[in-house]
Amino acid sequence: MFEGFGWLSLTTFLPLVGALVILVLIRGDEEDVARNARWAALFTSLTTFVVSLLVYARFDRAEADFQMVETVQWIPAFNINYVMGVDGVSIWFVLLSTLLTPICILASWEAIKTRVREYMIAFLVLETMMVGMFCSLDIVVFYIFFEGVLIPMFLIIGVWGGQRRIYAAFKFFLYTLLGSVLMLVAILVMYWQAGTTSIEGLMAHPFDADLQLWLWLAFFASFAVKVPMWPVHTWLPDAHVEAPTAGSVILAGVLLKMGGYGFLRFSLPMFPDASAYFSDLVFFLSVIAVIYTSLVALVQEDMKKLIAYSSIAHMGFVTAAIFSVNEQAVSGSIIQMLSHGLVSGALFLCVGVIYDRMHTREISRYGGLVERMPKYALIFMIMTMASVGLPGTSGFVGEFLILVGAYQASTWLAAGLATGMVLGAGYMLYLYRRVVFGKLVKEDLMAIKDMNARETALFVPLVILVLWMGIYPSTFMDIIEPSVQKLVADYQTALAQGTSDAVETAFTALGLK
Amino acid sequence: MTDLPNFLPALPEIFLACAAMALMMVGVFVKPENAYRTVSTLAMVVLVVAGGLVLNDGGAYETAMFGMFVVDQFAVFMKVLILVGSIAALILSEGYVQREKMARFEYPILLVFATLGMLMMVSANDLMSLYIGLELQSLSLYVVAAFKRDSLRSTESGLKYFVLGALSSGLLLYGCSLIYGFGGTTQFEALAALFADGQEAPLGLVVGIVFLISGLAFKVSAVPFHMWTPDVYEGAPTPITAFFSVAPKMAAMALFLRVMLVPFGDLVAEWQQVVYLVSIGSMALGALAAIAQTNIKRLMAYSSIGHIGYALMGLVAGNQEGLTGVLIYLAIYLIMNLGVFACILAMKVKGRMLENISDLAGLGRTSPMIALVLMVLMFSMAGIPPMAGFFGKFFIFMAALNQELYTLVVIGAITSVIGAYYYLRIIKIMYFDEPVQEFDKVETLGLRGIMVVSGVLTAVLFIFLPVITDPASVAAASLFGG
Repeated sequence: MFEGFGWLSLTTFLPLVGALVILVLIRGDEEDVARNARWAALFTSLTTFVVSLLVYARFDRAEADFQMVETVQWIPAFNINYVMGVDGVSIWFVLLSTLLTPICILASWEAIKTRVREYMIAFLVLETMMVGMFCSLDIVVFYIFFEGVLIPMFLIIGVWGGQRRIYAAFKFFLYTLLGSVLMLVAILVMYWQAGTTSIEGLMAHPFDADLQLWLWLAFFASFAVKVPMWPVHTWLPDAHVEAPTAGSVILAGVLLKMGGYGFLRFSLPMFPDASAYFSDLVFFLSVIAVIYTSLVALVQEDMKKLIAYSSIAHMGFVTAAIFSVNEQAVSGSIIQMLSHGLVSGALFLCVGVIYDRMHTREISRYGGLVERMPKYALIFMIMTMASVGLPGTSGFVGEFLILVGAYQASTWLAAGLATGMVLGAGYMLYLYRRVVFGKLVKEDLMAIKDMNARETALFVPLVILVLWMGIYPSTFMDIIEPSVQKLVADYQTALAQGTSDAVETAFTALGLK
Repeated sequence: MTDLPNFLPALPEIFLACAAMALMMVGVFVKPENAYRTVSTLAMVVLVVAGGLVLNDGGAYETAMFGMFVVDQFAVFMKVLILVGSIAALILSEGYVQREKMARFEYPILLVFATLGMLMMVSANDLMSLYIGLELQSLSLYVVAAFKRDSLRSTESGLKYFVLGALSSGLLLYGCSLIYGFGGTTQFEALAALFADGQEAPLGLVVGIVFLISGLAFKVSAVPFHMWTPDVYEGAPTPITAFFSVAPKMAAMALFLRVMLVPFGDLVAEWQQVVYLVSIGSMALGALAAIAQTNIKRLMAYSSIGHIGYALMGLVAGNQEGLTGVLIYLAIYLIMNLGVFACILAMKVKGRMLENISDLAGLGRTSPMIALVLMVLMFSMAGIPPMAGFFGKFFIFMAALNQELYTLVVIGAITSVIGAYYYLRIIKIMYFDEPVQEFDKVETLGLRGIMVVSGVLTAVLFIFLPVITDPASVAAASLFGG
């Protein structure tokens, strides 16, 4: 029955099994259910993490193609199959997802008091969807996981969120859904063109230049909302502010990366001509995102909102880098996504730590925390520096590579992004100063306690990884590099095959030029 | 000596007709207090046996009664769906009918007669047999809609259904007469033969087709002939509404598909635009009008209008892929809809039925199982993967794109996002709002069973999709002479 399934399927569906066990087996009075659900969820997610490490151990670093491929027949009449596999681009995202989930579950240990069982189930289902999405090598399977993410996330924001949670949950859901249904239409058009839904098959299929234009736009509609790019970013601050801490962590840590991953996996290799054609548009939107959202972040009163806007700015770097399409930029975009996943996750956790104590996220309600919370101040500082891009932290590696790559694509682009870096330093340091430094004068802060063991434990892996990635990035780059080289090389070959002229003609014919 | 006409392909229908008449006798002779229960149980047995006979036939192409009646894979597929819908409706009725004092033995018998009419519609191969099947079904349905005869709403809905239904039958008959007048035959194959070699259709016949489409659009409650749906859905007793939303829809769609694709299959260009607009109108109205509803039965009425719009998209495609898509869509719709109505029938507080959406508030806490099932079904109706409803839309869009109907598909995709709003609203009320009241325990085993089966099937159907897609492909091929 399980013939053809392997490690990747195990990693993907293990959390779902855990969720089912929690749903069916855990009974009793509320207190017991909550405790058992917490432990069961933590156990499941840690096991999943261990399994994903095994996947990592079996990963062949020299190989640029997909590996550990699993193929199982699904709907043979339509030639749609269940195919899983990873390459250097996706493996890190799988590990990022499996790492952040136990951290999120641990972060919700005390913060979530109502309907704990449902909460844990939602998180485990979410993990399955995320991991499955990064592993799938069939575009229909990908789409199912990609959209399936909406269900648990909608519930997490809507049930356990803050004041305006209903508005935020609906906005999140409908915004993303609108983007992705257009992608679904494009997927089906591609199916009739190429006669397959396998990602490898679609990569090999040369799509007509004028069709590429529309397909690219449809995919862009979906991924741009997910990333999110200016001007379709407005759902993100709402969703972040209203979501519970762990929800924000997973949202910033993994869900935003789904957009960037999508660009790398689909837009570039499948529609190279259209990607080249639209790269200026992406650059333009990215630079606006980087500068505009940084300025917006500067004036925020709410800590979560500030970090949410900083996420949009950081993802602006990523989109600009992806469409620069050279080795440095693309590797940089992946490193930046991983780094941002860890750093913004950690920053949201930092907000969560003091929110749990004071129940406010207003920056002006804090100040001088360093006096009462030295441990917290240290960790918050490391993460602030990583977010700013200080050498020695992961943020530096990503942003440096991106700037090197972007400069090759366009000087103006690099200049725009560099401006964003300066502004980034501005708002992050300003935030840190207002919250941590200064005199501790506020009455209610006098008794605030530093982080307990559980909270510290959350940050340990994140701090280690952020520093590791900053000091010795080769661990990560070695795996990313071969796949990125292949991606860039394939892209260049496709462009060189002379379809560009055809694109021009097609675009002129469509009246777009 | 003449040969006896071939009756065998119509065996399930003949059996149902005889059994229904026998059931009437049973109803009269059994003690009145047991009459409903006995007849209802027997009716279920009869329907199951009819299902067995349908499946036993195998579905090789065969005509009976001088070409008036046809059996093929398509007919078998649709008949199975209809019988499932009818049996489920009888199971759903159990508790409700007893409680609301509608437990008279005529009720199951009327459902059996309606089912018989539907089976005949599916197998109709002539405009005459089409009309006979349709009227047998409709007349039974008019009566059951008004079955709660002391309730103003129920009788009003029955009357409204009757008046508008009669009007639509009139349109349909007028269309048939025009087609006969200009085509010279009522036989489907003979009509198809008229246009087989690319001959142009006379204008009068095209007008006749438009009238025919109008009549059928009424029966499937597609825009602009949908007006009766919300009122009838709201007014009719809830199990009857559940029945209305599945079995007659399936039958009318089957009829619609066969009439458009078999006799007028070569005239796609003539009727395509009409169905195109009907499809867009239904999707848009279903999505927009449902937003403002407060009554869950009315909401489901608009939802069904929207779903028919999607199903018709496959008909617009007018080819085998399109038909496959419609069949998959209908099968999945049947599964989901039965579950939703099972949940609506479980909305009961202290013995009183509730119908307002706001009554669901906090259901996630008071009755977690019902809420979970309803949530799965709502996500499915909204077309969110991995729920079954997504695959319905998936195959429909796929078929439409095969015919390069890009505009139609994009409109369908956008209306599905708008529609998602009101399905999400139900989830929001169940999970995000505070509870106000606690529902009674689900009373009958059948109700609970349908709820669970429908919820589980909707959630896990994606694992074994070929179970639905393969028979649907075979059924679609049979209509295209494959």
